[in-house]
This record gives sequence, structure tokens and C-alpha cells, in this order.
Amino acid sequence: MPTHNRIDATKVGDVTVVTFTDKKILDEAGIQELGAELFSLIERDNRRSIVLNFDNVDFLSSAALGKLITLDRKVKQAQGRLKMCRIKPEILEVFQVTKLNKVFDIRDEQDEAIAAF
Amino acid sequence: MTEQSDADVWRRVIDLPSERGSNREVTDDLLTQLKVFGWPPSDVFAVHLAVEEAIVNAIVHGNKLDPAKRVHVECEVSADRVLVSITDEGPGFDPARVPDCTAEERLEAPGGRGVMLMKSFMTRIEYNAKGNSVVLEKRRT
Repeated sequence: MPTHNRIDATKVGDVTVVTFTDKKILDEAGIQELGAELFSLIERDNRRSIVLNFDNVDFLSSAALGKLITLDRKVKQAQGRLKMCRIKPEILEVFQVTKLNKVFDIRDEQDEAIAAF
Repeated sequence: MTEQSDADVWRRVIDLPSERGSNREVTDDLLTQLKVFGWPPSDVFAVHLAVEEAIVNAIVHGNKLDPAKRVHVECEVSADRVLVSITDEGPGFDPARVPDCTAEERLEAPGGRGVMLMKSFMTRIEYNAKGNSVVLEKRRT
């Protein structure tokens, strides 16, 4: 599996589980790199079932939201499925305020997210 | 940069260069002060989010990363209120004309959420008439 700087990607059966290296996802260069690494899962590695586990993430800016939205779109275009889990209440509130909770498939726990494929 | 601190209020005034990330130190200091004054983590998160969005807007959209321009930031923290004003040297904008990012057709747009997040997570946000200066206020919950 290729090495990434901003994420760790492990396979659980057919599902790729992604965790984030940074607790705070806010600086522009980091967000660009994060986006490139996430998109490569779809575009280079042909992953089609992806879970983003936010357990390590304490903060993300709206620029990071943009990358998640683009990833979601790329996954859907590739006939894949993206799920998110372990999101802290404050970040969940960000998703709710922006109504992205209607766009993203959000589950409480990683096991639940994996089982939902 | 000036910093003033007494037992009741912490204040800082700083002019930032129009570079991405130039706000890191003042933002970190602000968050540290919120913790010193005993603010709950959810409020610290809210202030962090709003201030980050507002300063990035000022640097990127207001000053357009022009090295000749500065972003003026004034912070004030006390036990029950935080006040941050952020002013850029750009032409300003009309916040009322920012499209609603929660409208069905814009839900999946990659940008345009900063102002809504600021409004939602702060007690009050107010732009000046020109639209190049914003005051963010948070009352402790």
C-alpha cells in the first residue's frame, strides 16, 4: 500500500479504512496534500468502498470540507461508496450547520460503517 | 503588536502579512487565553473555527495574498466574552450576497461555507458597511 503523509489507509476486507494524521486540518498546504491523497485512493488505487474514521481529528476548516465534498463526488462518480464515522460532536455540528450531514453517510462507529456496505 | 493583560481581560492587537498561515501564532495565543479563562472546549472550538475562517477570508479573498497589504486583528478575551475584529485592505464584499450554502443546488459546492459557519458558531458577527471588516463576538455558554 502506498505511503501517505496526511492519511493512513488500511484494508478491512474489501473496505478501505482511512484515518487522519493531523488532529487539526486547517493549513492550506496540508489540505491540498490531504485532498490529493484521498483522491488517489479512488483514481489511482481503484478503491470503491471507503470509510473515513475521524477519531483523531479535533478540528477542520471549511477548506477541508471542500475536499471531503469533492471526494464524495468522485466516489459516487466511480460507483463507489463513502462513509464517515467517529466524528466529534463539534465537527458533527459543522456538518449539520452546513447540511452536509444530508450529503455524507455518517455513522457513529467504524464497525457500523463497515457493516453498512 | 501590542499585548495587554490584567486579571480580567487579555487584549492583543496585531497586523498580519497577507500570507496563508500568518495567523497561526495569534490564533494559538487566543485559544490558549480562552483556556486560561476557563472557557469550555465547545466554545474554544467555535471561536477557533470562526476566527480561522474570518482571517483566511481576509488574507485570501480580501487582500488576495497581496504582500503589500496587512490584516489588522484585535482580540479581547475575558471570562464571559471574546471579541475579535478582523480588517483587511481589500475592497470589501456584501455578506448578504453570499449564496446560501445549504440550498439544495449548492449543498455540494466545494466552497462558500465560511460566513455561515461564523454566524452559526458565534453569538454575533457584524460587518462594516464596506465589508472589509468583521467583528466576531462569542458569549460564554
